[in-house]
Amino acid sequence: MKRELPLFICALMGITMIIQYFIPHPYSIKFYQTVIGWFIIIMTFAFVLGIMSIARVHWNKVSRKQKDWFYSLVALISLSVTLFVGFAFGIERGKPFMLIFEYIQVPMESTMFSLLAFYIASAAFRTFRARTFEATLLLIAAVIVMLGRVPIGYMISSKIPAISGWILDIPNLAAKRGIMIGVGLGSISMGLKIILGVERSWLGTIGGE
Amino acid sequence: MEMVWITISALLTLAIFSFLYKDNPIYKFAEHLLVGASAGYYFVIYFFNSVKPNLIDEVVKNHHLIPLIPGFLGFLILFRLSRKYGWLSRWSIAFYIGTGMGIYIPVAMQANIIEQLRGTMVETGKVGEPPLFNISSFSLLFSDFNWHNLILAINGPILIIGVLCTLAYFFFSKPHKGALGKFAKVGITFLMVGFGASFGYTVMARVSLLIGRMDFLVNTWFRQLFGL
Repeated sequence: MKRELPLFICALMGITMIIQYFIPHPYSIKFYQTVIGWFIIIMTFAFVLGIMSIARVHWNKVSRKQKDWFYSLVALISLSVTLFVGFAFGIERGKPFMLIFEYIQVPMESTMFSLLAFYIASAAFRTFRARTFEATLLLIAAVIVMLGRVPIGYMISSKIPAISGWILDIPNLAAKRGIMIGVGLGSISMGLKIILGVERSWLGTIGGE
Repeated sequence: MEMVWITISALLTLAIFSFLYKDNPIYKFAEHLLVGASAGYYFVIYFFNSVKPNLIDEVVKNHHLIPLIPGFLGFLILFRLSRKYGWLSRWSIAFYIGTGMGIYIPVAMQANIIEQLRGTMVETGKVGEPPLFNISSFSLLFSDFNWHNLILAINGPILIIGVLCTLAYFFFSKPHKGALGKFAKVGITFLMVGFGASFGYTVMARVSLLIGRMDFLVNTWFRQLFGL
């Protein structure tokens, strides 16, 4: 009951949804839309679980006055305030919830990503040493693509943007397609293993079972 | 009032940039603020965009009881935190994973495999353009030999060889020796060019974000603050 029923539900839903894909009947499409609606509702509860887990971790830190507990308090307060203004005032443009998003979340997220410009540059300095043939290729491709996307590249040679475009469109595309096909085959086989009950790690271990 | 929000935004931007010096309390404060605000933001958005219209409005306004089933399944997932009743959460996870995989498998077959092979061998994906692997481009090359026609003719074969060799590199069921080893070696070459291109592209994207933040600090915040 504790393990068999979940495996049965998983196999039933997986096989049903695969068969549904090949039946373009209105009832089949209606069924698909209903299941997607259910899927999204369950996903939201999974999100609630994630938030409860974050809140629990930070609450434990605060209540036990562990190291850096003050920052956990900051996370809890910012989570509570965002939830409160979202539910109390709504999510329309101009409301406090969207102001928090526009003036706190977006600037901080983009600054976090822009920080990577510095670290990626220092990583490049360490990595891009033309010691082997492959490293040299990596270096040349990166330099040409970077130069091809800024005006100075065109000033050095009018051909650099074209070469950069060719690298992105042909050899880069070939590598990406090879990776995508590999990922596709791998994930399909993993999906089949989960549906058929061969891969069961998603059941997890709960209370020693 | 807008200036207050812009100042908050600028101070938080500077707090994040302070990490360039070293991990410090100001950065940690901003980091935890972001974690809390992001989690709250995504939860509220999910609630208003999916739970409210699909569950609450359906049950309360339209008196449809069927959405209570996913509501109940979703509620069961919360038992994951309980040691005693945690096994109940497996039912909803089973529904979620089974449905997800059932939807994903045919889509992955279509998008990751069939469409990629079609794009490689049959069409470019660009409307009005002939396929990259095209015999007529070779006849054009032999009738009028120049750089443009040469590139046009070899693009298709390079793409196909690149895809096949990259796949050969990821084929680990046999040791990379002999012909397979040579294919895999060519595959590494394509992968390195691909990674280099991706790296260059990512660097430029991050630099453009950095320019955006600097532009905000100097042109939006600093100038408005001092009326310049």
